[in-house]
Amino acid sequence: MAEDDKRIRDLRLMANTIRVDIVTTARDCAEGVHAGGSLSLAEVLSVLFFSELKVNPKDPKDPNRDRLVLSKGHANIGLSSAMAHRGFFSVDELKRFDQLGAPLSMHVDMHRMPGVEISSGSLGHGLPVAVGMALAGKLDKAPWRVFAIVSDGEIMEGSCWEAMMAAAHYKLNNLTMVMDRNRFCLDGPTETIMSLEPFEDKLRAFGWRVISVDGHDVVALLKAFADKAPGDDRPRVIVCNTVKGKGVSFLENTAGAHFTQLKPDKAAIALEELAAARAAIK
Amino acid sequence: MIDTEKLIGISSRDAFGLTLADLAQNDPRIVALTADLAASVRLADMIKIAPERVFNFGIAEQDMMGAAAGLALSGKIPFVTTFAVFASLRAAEQARTDIAYNSLPVRICASHGGFGLAVGGATHHALEDIAIYRNMPGMTVIVPADGVEASAAVRAVMDLPGPSYIRLSRPTEPTVYTTYEPFAIGKARRVTTGKDLTFIAYGGSVGYSLNAAELLKADGIHAGVVDMATIKPLDIDAVLEAAKNSSAIMTVEEHNIIGGLGTAVAEVLAEAGVAIPFKRHGIYDHFTTAAPYPELLALYKMDANGIAGTAREFLKKH
Repeated sequence: MAEDDKRIRDLRLMANTIRVDIVTTARDCAEGVHAGGSLSLAEVLSVLFFSELKVNPKDPKDPNRDRLVLSKGHANIGLSSAMAHRGFFSVDELKRFDQLGAPLSMHVDMHRMPGVEISSGSLGHGLPVAVGMALAGKLDKAPWRVFAIVSDGEIMEGSCWEAMMAAAHYKLNNLTMVMDRNRFCLDGPTETIMSLEPFEDKLRAFGWRVISVDGHDVVALLKAFADKAPGDDRPRVIVCNTVKGKGVSFLENTAGAHFTQLKPDKAAIALEELAAARAAIK
Repeated sequence: MIDTEKLIGISSRDAFGLTLADLAQNDPRIVALTADLAASVRLADMIKIAPERVFNFGIAEQDMMGAAAGLALSGKIPFVTTFAVFASLRAAEQARTDIAYNSLPVRICASHGGFGLAVGGATHHALEDIAIYRNMPGMTVIVPADGVEASAAVRAVMDLPGPSYIRLSRPTEPTVYTTYEPFAIGKARRVTTGKDLTFIAYGGSVGYSLNAAELLKADGIHAGVVDMATIKPLDIDAVLEAAKNSSAIMTVEEHNIIGGLGTAVAEVLAEAGVAIPFKRHGIYDHFTTAAPYPELLALYKMDANGIAGTAREFLKKH
């Protein structure tokens, strides 16, 4: 048990570290970053990169690695932090975010980021790509699995529903869609801009096995990823109910958190809040 | 290899189907994708030999194009099939962002190019596909002249490390080649020479231009034909050689005159500082109507008579 407790504590600490990186970059990067939808993913990224994904930073092209597609490619600051701490590249690279010649910038770029499977940024692309990967895995009877992090706003793109149909049709139970249900897109709440509810019923109706969790609860996330349902041939979606801008009080549940540059005074408040949250992690 | 006799007198899409099945038999990496057009783009033979490697995505081209990227990233050689109009418009962003930007070896085999599905009307005519695909960095763009060349072209793209777009034809093109030769990507094939005029064409327009050249002999006009089957990368030397060896150049393509081969050739001539009477022939920036294919060919002056007539008018002005 003690070992489990330590593991969970470490995953929570890593989520906090990712948030600190996001806030620091939002302060130091003159162009600003996609803070809101990266802060909402901190626990998800921590659990994926430090527990669930079978990946090897020393051999990023290992043929038997699990594949992760960050379909919501604008959350690259979150992904970059998680991958840097996992050892795919130096944590110092975060300091050069968006700069000419740097590997990291607003959107995910496979040409510049070691360990990234595919470039993304334009929405509605990742799930179809993940479907192709999962088809190849099935064809080869491969042991590796495919994960696609998709945003709730992005699901408004028709291509996502095309891919959902295909995944169910081809019984791609080697595919997990990780849905960041933070309830905001750029212009406002998803339910105001283009209502998605009854969201989980829709996913279920498209032939997916739906697991719904608090996306900030590390224990719940670990349990959800561990839920393999042997014999069930449906693709799996883990709906992570999250808070946009999570961890920074003045960014939480605001559309403005989507893309932001933080003035030093604001960043200081955010970092204080995150330090307090870190101290409270038992 | 397929007996060349079998490739003569069949359309490029028929030749594609035969060739893909032949390749797939010997290479387990090959997978085919379609969006409810398996029969139309001639996947029947591949389905017969390897049904588990043919994926039908239903009427969902964007998902299909993205999935092709995922398959390529996982070690497969995907052949994506649909109509040219959907490959170039409906799923253009997926082709550009998922496939071209990531330099993936996906072969986009788009049938019913030009106004090949003639009675289908403007919704089903692809007259901007070459302009769109040649604007994607790293994309190879090929339109074979007939079944024999199509088969060779499909074999040739197997060795490409990056993406390619191959436009195929629903109507059977006039026969241009009766012997099989390996297809050299980026190399034009000069079929005939003529001191007065060179037609530079691709697809069925190569055969119609050859026939037009025959008709022009009666007027004492000596016209040659260059088969520019690879539109990208364009064979610049072949364009300049045509400009050197003949007095005028006319491009012929079932495509809007904006953005296609005509534009590509004009770019070469202008940048080389070559002053030569030059004409782009094709569809003159308007939407096309619906009628049987031979009637559309005549209406838009894309058959032998139409091309010859257009050439006469053009040469008269110079």
